[in-house]
Amino acid sequence: MKDFTRRDFLKISGVTAAGLTLSQLGFDLTPAQVYAAELRIKGAKETPTICCFCSVGCGILVSTDKKGKVINAEGDPDHPISEGALCPKGGSSYQIAVNDNRLTKVRYRAPNSTSWKEVSWDWALDKIAANIKKSRDKSFVEKNAEGKVVNRTNGIASVGSAALDNEECWLYQKLLRSLGIVYIEHQARI
Amino acid sequence: MTNHYIDFRNADVILNMGSNVAENHPVSFKWIQAAREKGSILIHVDPRFTRTSAKADIFVRLRSGTDIAFLGGMIKYILDNDLYDEFYLKNYTNASYIVNPKYGFDDGLFSGYNPSKRSYDQANWALEKDEKGIPKQDMSLQNERCVFQLLKKHYSRYTLEKVTAITGTPQEDLEKVYKVYGSTGKPDKAGTELYAMGWTQHTVGVQNIRAMSIIQSLLGNMGIAGGGINALRGESNVQGSTDQGLLFHIVPGYLPTPRAQWATLEDYNKTTPASKDPRSVNWWKNRPKYVASLLKSFYGDNAVKDNDFCYSWLPKLEPTQDASWLNLFDEMFKGTFTGFFAWGMNPACSSANAGKVRQALGKLDWMVNVNVFDNETGEFWKGPDMDPKKIKTEVFQLPCAAFLEKEGSISNSGRWMQWRWKATNPPGDAMPDGEIMNELFKKVQALYKKEKGPFTDPIFNLKWDYETDGKFDIHKVAKEINGYFLEDVPEHPFDKKAYKKGTLVPSFVFLLDDGRTSCGNWIYSASYTEAGNMAARRKKDDPTGLGLYPQWSWAWPVNRRIIYNRASVDLEGKPRNPNRTLLKWDAENKKWLGDIPDGPAPPMSTNGVYPFIMKPDGVASIFGPGLKDGPFPEHYEPLECPIEKNIMSNQRINPVIKIFEGGLDSFATCDPRYPFVCTTYRVTEHWQTGVLTRWLPWLVEAEPQMFCEMSQELAKLRGIENGDKVLVETARGKVAAIAIVTLRLKPFVVAGQTVHLIGLPYHFGWLHPKDGGDSANLLTPTIGDPNTMIPESKAFMANVTKLTKQPAQKVKKA
Repeated sequence: MKDFTRRDFLKISGVTAAGLTLSQLGFDLTPAQVYAAELRIKGAKETPTICCFCSVGCGILVSTDKKGKVINAEGDPDHPISEGALCPKGGSSYQIAVNDNRLTKVRYRAPNSTSWKEVSWDWALDKIAANIKKSRDKSFVEKNAEGKVVNRTNGIASVGSAALDNEECWLYQKLLRSLGIVYIEHQARI
Repeated sequence: MTNHYIDFRNADVILNMGSNVAENHPVSFKWIQAAREKGSILIHVDPRFTRTSAKADIFVRLRSGTDIAFLGGMIKYILDNDLYDEFYLKNYTNASYIVNPKYGFDDGLFSGYNPSKRSYDQANWALEKDEKGIPKQDMSLQNERCVFQLLKKHYSRYTLEKVTAITGTPQEDLEKVYKVYGSTGKPDKAGTELYAMGWTQHTVGVQNIRAMSIIQSLLGNMGIAGGGINALRGESNVQGSTDQGLLFHIVPGYLPTPRAQWATLEDYNKTTPASKDPRSVNWWKNRPKYVASLLKSFYGDNAVKDNDFCYSWLPKLEPTQDASWLNLFDEMFKGTFTGFFAWGMNPACSSANAGKVRQALGKLDWMVNVNVFDNETGEFWKGPDMDPKKIKTEVFQLPCAAFLEKEGSISNSGRWMQWRWKATNPPGDAMPDGEIMNELFKKVQALYKKEKGPFTDPIFNLKWDYETDGKFDIHKVAKEINGYFLEDVPEHPFDKKAYKKGTLVPSFVFLLDDGRTSCGNWIYSASYTEAGNMAARRKKDDPTGLGLYPQWSWAWPVNRRIIYNRASVDLEGKPRNPNRTLLKWDAENKKWLGDIPDGPAPPMSTNGVYPFIMKPDGVASIFGPGLKDGPFPEHYEPLECPIEKNIMSNQRINPVIKIFEGGLDSFATCDPRYPFVCTTYRVTEHWQTGVLTRWLPWLVEAEPQMFCEMSQELAKLRGIENGDKVLVETARGKVAAIAIVTLRLKPFVVAGQTVHLIGLPYHFGWLHPKDGGDSANLLTPTIGDPNTMIPESKAFMANVTKLTKQPAQKVKKA
């Protein structure tokens, strides 16, 4: 029987993610299994990403259909650390993307209210900005008790997040520090 | 990590202590198995038998919170049996350095202790220096005040009998581990250590790791393939988020946060580490370049030399202020804050003493909660025992994109910065976090432009230009982090070459302190250059054969895969272990071959430098005078412990920890109401507070609810059977759980008495799934390590009783 890998099959089908050099380290599957796998992700586009859970940094290939919907997520066989393997969490990534319980609306809970209200981004961000300004202006300290310049606000605190990308983490601390916030903490502390 | 995940396969002995690698970092276990297939030995030391123990060649139990006693005994064993690497010790550590006569240790206290302040004067522990300011040495290691002799003296007290009495580990088990791990002190052997929160979440957390660092230095295991001290971090980008300065005490690249006493940039730069030893690189001497470049990345053209690069615009902490997590929530509980962001976090379940955090959230005027799924923080106002009508806090819950719905990089524990491509769009109105930040900042800036407010300079003049064609562009942020030349540099001081204004800097050695360069984070400089996005690389060449994969993604710093790698060679630059050549000196061409070396200097015998370039003295610190709780690790009991007296001294607990008292903070030690040692941990199928995994049906099916593990002996004592519903209580709170009666847990004999251990996962929360139970952190104390303030969640005292009915606590469904 001719050795046939799913990766070969995908290459023949021409459906791998454009612009990426993926080597030929694939699964050793029989043609029948390859056919089954092919049906599952037929016409799909594969996008490499890195798992969101622990810090091993396993590779995941996400398959999306022509409409961009996630139809599969599995281990990236080319990834040198994980070599195609995923743990139960990483292997469940598909269910993060396709999940009826995802938060899809901006929600607001007014003081002393017993329920949420759905609101627009614009409304929420305007109101958050106004809250930031109010809290900051009320608590801003230009000089401390000794007369030293401190330019900080003690009125706002932040926690988060190791779940953000590097670029987002950097941008977030820049935003917080521009406002004078010093109570900045996140998962690394706990 | 000093090393990286694939490197586990290069070790001869792997010590997993302070973590459960098979269950919590499962895929990395393949590299441990790869090592074992070649005959390497896996040792697991843990209070519990886990799946790591099941695969281990040697499994040994110890009581939670007694790791320093265990490791102190190992240090003594290595010294008594001459298992240390003498060459390494003399040339690459401070073993030969002389400590000043004021250093002392008596009955659990180092010299310089102030009981009223609960702190030490660390000046008492300084190293002696000669008239040129260079540390004094005794290369014979015989001087009674040299580090080696002080180490011997300190750990001579850690006898097998005492260690056994403290840890509950039988003597023969101790000796087995000590002997096998001690065998890695030869140059052709490598031993690695893998830890996680099992070591950090203690009131002696940093000293747990210090104790192992001493062992690794004694055995010559730092800076080599298959060696190192390797933190298996808990989150996919917790390495990166720390690097990027999302902590109160550091700004990006581990630069200290400005404080009030450093009024000017000059004052700030005076704190730059200095060394007068010509053999010490002291890389931190470059800090002023990194600070100036960071300020340029913040304030752009507004930051010029004449205005201190707008240094005064950065917020300053008070001289000794600690704004870390436990203090932050203590201040929130006291009503200090009106506003709060819980961005990608769930403190209502993840924080120690979570019951206090839930109350504290009710004292805010407003909170912004950004997450992928609903969570107990966003919904705290309708949680157990809460009356929404009485809670004033306004809550905004913002839906964000999940990881596969956006582009950007994350850094794993091995410091590999890996790029993620976007696979799909986020659902509904959800947006990538970066876009939310971009929109929010623009709103705040516009509002301040419309209405007046205090000190608007940093808001109006912040460099915030991360859009392309009106859309947020993450690549622009990635490039900002790497850094730019802001002016033409016709002849760069580093290489005499010309660089053009507007181009990306090739690496941090090109950063300048005069305003001609910007860089958002110096340790990430070289990650996104004119050659492209290094994190996105996917080439799999492995020229050393050690699994470094230098062209797969990118590792900080400067793509170095194993840090302090110059410690792997001898004084001539020859690899000390020719079977695992990480680095070697090519004398003919005068260059290093292999991994990226820690600097280009030649080997030590030819005018070279010490290998530990980030340490001011250039060598590994066996004696570590910089920590708050002493230069040598010493065993203290956890805040809450089962024995009245510390067997090592009259100091029961770490003498410098901050005690939180009053309000909702209480603790109970040696209290018959809470007789059992309790610890928290994770399972393979869930992640952290379960904020993602509790919403994924496959995982909830596998691990549906809160449980409490206990030994058969304890179950019998309490009349509990497997599957019974039980109540676990501490001085802070109570949590219901299903009992798992198991052989995996065993009672310990500690100081002649039987001590039982129970354990709970901390993944659950009242919101979802139904009947899943609530957070184990309702039980944990507000107490932290004195250096890091990481809470002691791994060792506290609890009671467990059988529940005949549902607990009184109300459980509501979202």
